[in-house]
Amino acid sequence: MDLKWNEFIITGDPLILGAQISILLGGIAVVAALTYFKKWSWLWKEWLTSVDHKKLGIMYILSALLMLFRGGIDGLMIRTQLAKPGMEFLDPQHYNEVFSTHGVIMILFMAMPFLIGLINYIVPLQIGARDVAFPYLNNLSFWTFFVGMALFNISFIIGGSPDAGWTGYTPLATNEFSPGPGQNYYLLAIQIAGIGTLMTGINFFVTILKMRTKGMTLMKMSMFTWTSLITMLIIIFAFPVLTVALAMQTFDRLFGSVLFTLQGDGNPMLWVNLFWVWGHPEVYIVILPAFGIFSEIISTFARKQLFAYKAMVVSIVTISVLSFLVWVHHFFTMGNSAEANSFFSITTMAISIPTGVKIFNWLFTMYRGRITFTTPMLWSLAFIPNFVIGGVTGVMLAMAAADYQYHNTYFLVSHFHYVLISGTVFACFAGLIYWYPKMFGHKLNEKIGKWAFWIFVIGFNVCFFPQYFLGLDGMPRRISTYLPEDGWTGLNMISTIGAFMMGLAFLIFVYNIYYSWRYSPREKTGDAWGLGRNLEWATTSSIPPHYNFAVLPEVTGLDPYWDMKEKGLDQQKNTDYKPIHMPSNSSTPAIMSALMGMAAFGLVFQWYWVGIVGAVGIFITMIVRSFDYNDGYYVSVEEIKETEAKANK
Amino acid sequence: MAHDHNVNPNAPLEYQSEAGRLNITGFWTFLGAEIALFSTLFASYFALQSRVGDGPTSIEMFEAGLVMIMTMLLLTSSFTCGLAIHEMRANNVKGVIGWMIITLILGAGFIGYELYEFVHYVHEGVTLGTSAHWSMFFILLGTHGLHVSIGIGWIILLLIQLARRGLTPKTASKVFISSLYWHFLDVVWIFIFTCVYLMGMVN
Repeated sequence: MDLKWNEFIITGDPLILGAQISILLGGIAVVAALTYFKKWSWLWKEWLTSVDHKKLGIMYILSALLMLFRGGIDGLMIRTQLAKPGMEFLDPQHYNEVFSTHGVIMILFMAMPFLIGLINYIVPLQIGARDVAFPYLNNLSFWTFFVGMALFNISFIIGGSPDAGWTGYTPLATNEFSPGPGQNYYLLAIQIAGIGTLMTGINFFVTILKMRTKGMTLMKMSMFTWTSLITMLIIIFAFPVLTVALAMQTFDRLFGSVLFTLQGDGNPMLWVNLFWVWGHPEVYIVILPAFGIFSEIISTFARKQLFAYKAMVVSIVTISVLSFLVWVHHFFTMGNSAEANSFFSITTMAISIPTGVKIFNWLFTMYRGRITFTTPMLWSLAFIPNFVIGGVTGVMLAMAAADYQYHNTYFLVSHFHYVLISGTVFACFAGLIYWYPKMFGHKLNEKIGKWAFWIFVIGFNVCFFPQYFLGLDGMPRRISTYLPEDGWTGLNMISTIGAFMMGLAFLIFVYNIYYSWRYSPREKTGDAWGLGRNLEWATTSSIPPHYNFAVLPEVTGLDPYWDMKEKGLDQQKNTDYKPIHMPSNSSTPAIMSALMGMAAFGLVFQWYWVGIVGAVGIFITMIVRSFDYNDGYYVSVEEIKETEAKANK
Repeated sequence: MAHDHNVNPNAPLEYQSEAGRLNITGFWTFLGAEIALFSTLFASYFALQSRVGDGPTSIEMFEAGLVMIMTMLLLTSSFTCGLAIHEMRANNVKGVIGWMIITLILGAGFIGYELYEFVHYVHEGVTLGTSAHWSMFFILLGTHGLHVSIGIGWIILLLIQLARRGLTPKTASKVFISSLYWHFLDVVWIFIFTCVYLMGMVN
């Protein structure tokens, strides 16, 4: 690809120039700070090469918060452009790029890493394990995600962002209609991150199946662990479909195949099908762990065991099966037979049954419970009605005939924001606040947290509720502007105000992180809320030591830690320590992922020699890894005694 | 990883350590993902099978003799790979290395014929860009061929480790896992042979 300098680095747009300057200054500030405080070696040894699931979890969550900021800015730019008719804040091309990156970032680089971060931190603790099955692979998963994310994010300053929607539909996304590097970024960045997700799927699937502590049978696992297990199963079967689909479109764009093109008898609808065969399970990948988080929080703060645990498990498994059988509902209007539409209409509606079961499970868990209204509980309570609104409109969209009216309108936009924000985003906030003392040794301030909660939840409804009516009034999605005569002005303005309220709430939330770091009292025990039910609260110190449990706990029933407390058994009294085997840190995953990033960056611009050099580098790091017989190390009994003694002070 | 003391001396070598058991379970799970990957490729191939555009159809291009040789090479390599694991159970390092080398030679023969087939098609004017059908043909077979090639490179690395370290729970689990991979590729080839070549030649 022959690019002039001014095509390579995007110039001429004041918004992008501003971003470029702030990225440059921010980068210089970070490098300077790390150098000044001599933190490079600490960062590399303690964090970047760490195979500790807890540190990886925190790195995932920090990246996700950064992406929530980036994706949120995209969202606010969209809402600003649509606030009034005829706005000239973004030109149509820039608008297309912004809604495309908003979607990709929020789903793949915000929701996924946020949940995977929480799973990383919490699930090994909940099953009473000292690490995951494949700690090295866990670090590699993080780095592939991170490099994919970085590659996707530099697109808007180097070369131009993808502009064919987060779905990258062909033929729009083919070379003919989307020339330039943008769509290549989409294909290669998601490919790299997707491989990392698949490795996470395998890793946690095996971890949960094989590394549970003594006595923890499958039906004694916490609900968050159950939802994580099923999520991993969905990842294992859904992500390879994405891998293939992305590779096929990459071949079309870079190597001249004609799979999805209009020439050579290609079939653009094949991409649409493949995308959603992955894409629909994907929405369950980001909602099931959220259900798990709400289950934990509701049963904790209602001080009751989760109502109908078995029904919950059955409904999660049912959802996972059905999630693979509904993909056509994303394109009812794109030429399917009536029979096909009917089938997928029915399977889609069927999903509301197990989901409805879960709603009643949560309600009955709270029934006659003694509820404490902490911030994570508020997020969980707000989830139920808001998610029901999203779900009910989902059933409306599921009716194929009616969908001809709703398709591609703001009705749909509102529906999926209602389920994804009140489901996934509320859960991310709730889970982060709930487990914050476990991660950082102190709680987030409740008062500031409640301000952030109320402003966000009200702002969310102000933003998206009007969009249902905009959709019914016929406003299509993905338009960059409209006319005053369309009659959409008032509702759009209200919606934009709501969006900025959510932005404000996010800033308050981030401020709360800073405020609490400075002023919150430090936790003295492992059970920060005093109401913990599962094993993550059974550690001796608030932040678990790197080996998690000095002595692995034994489990006899559901809610094992609650049980221990009821029976007066103190996990910490057992001092029969034995040396603990732990895995060693490794620097190859970071290097391997960086080489993947380099190879992919070369392919984006069709500089094939860069791609080849990167690929050779990847193989060399793999060979190095193959000859690496490092078996980890043992933590001595003395060190355990010392650590545990400190924890009890 | 955190339970390396948990050793079971009565199990086969590759299952003795906790790490070995976890790696094998993990690899089976990975093969589950690989099944999803190849299923997607096959589904796409079926979806595009009749889309030949102005290009030739399968029946005009395929040669039964060549495909039979390739199939025999790969099926035999799966058998010799099984013999290598059999020798591993008998704790015979030389036997493992010997049978694995034969496996790799057969695999390399298979790749050689596949490359010959691709080059032959290109000479006849059938390339990645000829039609959707041929795009998908090259991608499906190329993915399988790439897997076999990576398998050859990987097993060579393992043979070096075997020669240096002998049979330990760790090397044994590595070799066992590579054999799972090899058999899996053989299974995929059986589907390619049936669905791509045989069905392509009767239509």
